[in-house]
Formats: sequence, structure tokens, C-alpha cells
Amino acid sequence: MRITEHPILSFKGKKPVVFFYNGQQLVGKEGDTIASALHAAGVKMLSESIHLKRPRGFYCAIGNCASCNMVVNGEPNVRTCITPLEANMDVRMQEGKGRV
Amino acid sequence: MNEAPFVIIGAGPAGLSAAEILLKSGAHVVLIDRSDRLGGQLTKQTHMFFGSEKQHASKRGIDILKLMVDALSGYDNLTVHKETTVVGMYKDKTLACLKGETYFKVHAQAIIVATGASEKALPFENNDLPGVYAAGAVQTLMNVYGVKPGNKVLMVGSGNIGLIVSYQLMQAGIEVVKLVEAADSISGYLVHASKIRRYGVPIEMNKSVKRAIGKTAVEAVELWELDEHWQGIPGTEEMIECDTICLAVGLAPLTELMQQIGVEITFIGELGGNVPRINPRFETSVPGVYACGDVAGIEEASSAMIAGKIAATHALLNAGIEVDKAESSLASWRQELQGLRNGPHGEKVRKGLEKLGVLS
Amino acid sequence: MIEKTGVAPSALVKKEFPEKIVLKKPKAVIECYKDIPCNPCETSCPFDAIKVPDDINHRPVIDFEKCTGCGICVYNCPGLAINVFQLKDDKVLMKIPYEFSPLPKIGKQVNVMNRAGEKVTEGVITKVQNTKKHNKTALIHIEIPSAFLYDAITIEVKPHEA
Repeated sequence: MRITEHPILSFKGKKPVVFFYNGQQLVGKEGDTIASALHAAGVKMLSESIHLKRPRGFYCAIGNCASCNMVVNGEPNVRTCITPLEANMDVRMQEGKGRV
Repeated sequence: MNEAPFVIIGAGPAGLSAAEILLKSGAHVVLIDRSDRLGGQLTKQTHMFFGSEKQHASKRGIDILKLMVDALSGYDNLTVHKETTVVGMYKDKTLACLKGETYFKVHAQAIIVATGASEKALPFENNDLPGVYAAGAVQTLMNVYGVKPGNKVLMVGSGNIGLIVSYQLMQAGIEVVKLVEAADSISGYLVHASKIRRYGVPIEMNKSVKRAIGKTAVEAVELWELDEHWQGIPGTEEMIECDTICLAVGLAPLTELMQQIGVEITFIGELGGNVPRINPRFETSVPGVYACGDVAGIEEASSAMIAGKIAATHALLNAGIEVDKAESSLASWRQELQGLRNGPHGEKVRKGLEKLGVLS
Repeated sequence: MIEKTGVAPSALVKKEFPEKIVLKKPKAVIECYKDIPCNPCETSCPFDAIKVPDDINHRPVIDFEKCTGCGICVYNCPGLAINVFQLKDDKVLMKIPYEFSPLPKIGKQVNVMNRAGEKVTEGVITKVQNTKKHNKTALIHIEIPSAFLYDAITIEVKPHEA
């Protein structure tokens, strides 16, 4: 789900970044946030609502709404829409409010 | 604790233009933004801007951003804190800031709040499904990260954001299946509407989302027609296959920080909701705290750029700092601002400012 | 009606066109139907042919005697609301703004759309200008049958393969 051609912008020449989503290896790109890399890989569901366990994706993409909180390298409640992707990151779906 | 005569919170169009004015005077400026890049929402505006040459009309938002950031280079009286969130604001104008794991404080003589706005949501069944995204989020995903939000998009809202993001989706090679609007006429500029319509996007009035459909993400949407009270009319439902529902239903000013120090906030629907009660100098009810840009009332970026200059100039004058040709600059900026608000699309803002008592 | 659909009705469109005899030479036709605070058409015109009178919110007025149909306003208009038209024998030569990728190739046959996004005829791309000064709003030249002078507005754009 990457933009291949664009009349105004260029996204070419970005290096791949390997990371892990629920243990599965995925490849994002340099400059990605965790959420943009997941979305590009087709992962839209990022979390579950705390009580009803309803699927949640991102909503605002600028760190306002907390709908994209995930467990990153063991740390819960990371706002993945504004957190830059780093090589070998371990990204996991969060259960409930998350445990520190 | 760090001491700074002037602190600007938010490096969007209002904050950046305020920074330039303050820096020119030689004053020390601390510019704080929570993002890892300066520019606020300008970072994703790939379209040409309206207005006049004075507000860089006809240039693209992303190119205007470069000009504004370049204008700040070479000043050694500027400190920039990116990826820094102001988490607390105290009555003595001390700001508590969080940068990664580091917490620090800045004490300011004057604060310019240019925190912008957040996007509103819309109530409908399953509006929390992945694939229901705010228009600005879609823009960020596409224009900053180069990722498609989906392949078939329903756009909700015919303001300039809904119209422009529809066009930008098409520029990214994505299909916009329809644009619906709850009101009975297009609320953004007609030129933007005509631009997407001639490429085949149906634009339909008095229509909204009844419910989103899908298991773990949006697979379809059910629309329905609205009556004159904006209530759905049973029997008018229409099912559309799409994987993204993009909501462009308005913005709300981010006034929370100002509320922490007791800035008087008042609800003015025409300006986007809760706004600080500012005077014509853009000063809030707390002396030395200024608000400009969308946080002081939702408008276009070009207006925010001018507002930032006016607010910064008054902040300097109030601090007893001499500003070259202050009177004539202020007069011409006020005239520019009035010019931008003069037309039929400025009516709402004019009404809001009148309620606020600052219509110049 | 345009306030509900974004489609200018034909009577409104025709009012913006000069007499056909004037279109022997290329002329810019401005379709800016509502007051908005904007004036790059005026400031970009090297021939002083376009004026936004008195107030920046007013609609632009064009002097067809001064307009040379150069197309500079076409790629400077933020609303992409200006196109150049010229009648030549049984053809219309159009210059339109185009901000999609890939750009069409010269000589290519393309579907020509009306203001409602419906195909009305076919045309041939005769020139593609996209230099630094165009700043990524390409100026596309198309030749279409003259019968579609008031209907044609752009060429078809298709979504990329998913």
C-alpha cells in the first residue's frame, strides 16, 4: 500500500527497515512511523478497545487520540502514529491498558 | 530552569511567522513543537495556496514551509525544541516540557500559544473501525509517509479540507468513490469542488454516514439522506463498497494548555468551539499570554501567518522592546487579514470575531 | 446548482467565454464562480490582462484584447480554474493544468471529460510542458473536435492499480 507515483512528491530511495509485528518479520521504510509502516504492510488494526475489545486503528495520526497505542520493545501505550520506526523494533498488539 | 523572554508553543504557520518577527528584534526565542519536524500541518499541504503574494499565494504549502523555516536560519537567538511536548503551564509562565524521557522547565516573560487544532469526529455505528480516519490523518499518511490509506475512499465533508484531501487522494492514485455533505450546499471553495467533480467524484448534499460495516476494518459504508434537521431518513439507505471512510467534519482549537493557567475560554461555534477570549492584540485574559492561528479560531493557514506576525509584534511592544515601523506594519497586516476575511467564505469567521468583540 | 454539485451549468460556462471569432487566437477562460480571497491570476499575468478589482475577494475580470493565451495563469491559479481555448478549423486547441502522474505522452489519444466528469469525446495530446517554472502543475495541450468547445474541461484520470 505504498504510493508508487506522485505528481508533486517523491518517496523514492528510502532504505528498508526490518521490524517485528507480533513476532512476524515485516519491512518498513526509512522515515516511517511504526503505524505508517504497519499500514503499508496491510496491518490496519493496531489495538483493541479496553472493555469491549473492539478493533482499533489510528485516527488522527498526529499523536492526539491514543487510538494507535501499542507495546513497543516491551513498553505499553506507545503512540505508534508519531513514534519513528527503528530497525528490529518489537511491536505488539496491546491487551487492555497495558502492563509495565 | 531556563529563562527565555519569549516562548512559542507550536511551529505551524502562526508560530513560525511569530518567531521570525521576534527574532528580527534580537530577542531570545524558544520555539517548541511536539513533532519531529517544523511546520505543523504545512508539512502535508501539497496544493497551491490561495491569498495574495504577501501570503505566498500560488506556492505549495510544503514550499511555503521551506521559506518560513529558512527565514529563521542564521539567528543565534533562537532555541528550537522539536519532539517536545509542553505538558504543563503555570501561572508564573513556567512551562513544563517533555522531550523523550527528559523533563525540563522554561520560564518565559511572554508566551505565544500557537498549538493549532484537532480534528473532530462524527457519531455513527462502528465509527471506531480501523479505516475510519480523520482527513488530516489521511493526508499525513499519504503526503508525509507515502503510504496509501486504502484503495477506495468515501469522503465525508465538503469544506476545503474534504475537497482538497479528495483531490490529493486522487493524486496518490487512489479512488474517491463519493463525497457526501450533511448540509444543503458545498461549504468549501467551488473551484476545489469543480476540480474533483470533473475527474468523476460525485458530490452529494444532505447525505451522511449511517454506519460503517466490517469485521476488523471498514469493508463498506451505509449512507442515508438527511432531513432539514440533519436526521437520517429511513428508507433512503445506500450501500457503498469502500475500505476507508475519511472524516473532514471540522476542527476544534487545542486550548487545554491555556486552560491550565486560567485563560478565559469562551464557546464560539463559528470559530470552532472553545476559544481563548483574546483582545485585538491577540493577548488572552492572562497578560503576556498570546494566542494566534487555529487555536484562537479556525481559519486558513494564510490568516494564521498574518496573525502570528501581529501577535509577536504586540508581545514585543508590551515587553518594552522597540520595533521598527511597528505602527505601519501592524496597520498593513490588519488590512491583509481583513482582506482575507472579507468575502462570503469569511462570513463565519467575521461573525465569530464579532461575538468575541475583536472584529477589526 | 453549482453550490450543490460542483458542476457549472452550461449557461454560466458560456458567459465566461468570448465570442467565437475572438477564439481564433488562444484565450484564457476563467471559471471562478464565487468570491474567494485570491489573486495569483492577476499577479502572474505578464500582459496585465487579468484584474481582481478593488477587493481580493472579487472575481477576476479578463480583458480578451490583452490576453495572448500564453497559459501562465493556468498553472498559477491555485483553484486550477483557468483553461486556454482556441478554435482552429474544426478543432479546439486546449491548454489545461494537470497535476497527476504519469503525465500523458504527446500523440496519445485520451478520453476528454466534461465538468461533471463524464466522457464527452476523445482528443489528442499535442504538447506537454512541465519545466521548473510550472512548479509541478503541467500545462497539457490537447486537440479536440470543435463541437465540444463548451463541454470539454479536462482529460480522464484513472486510479493506479491497487
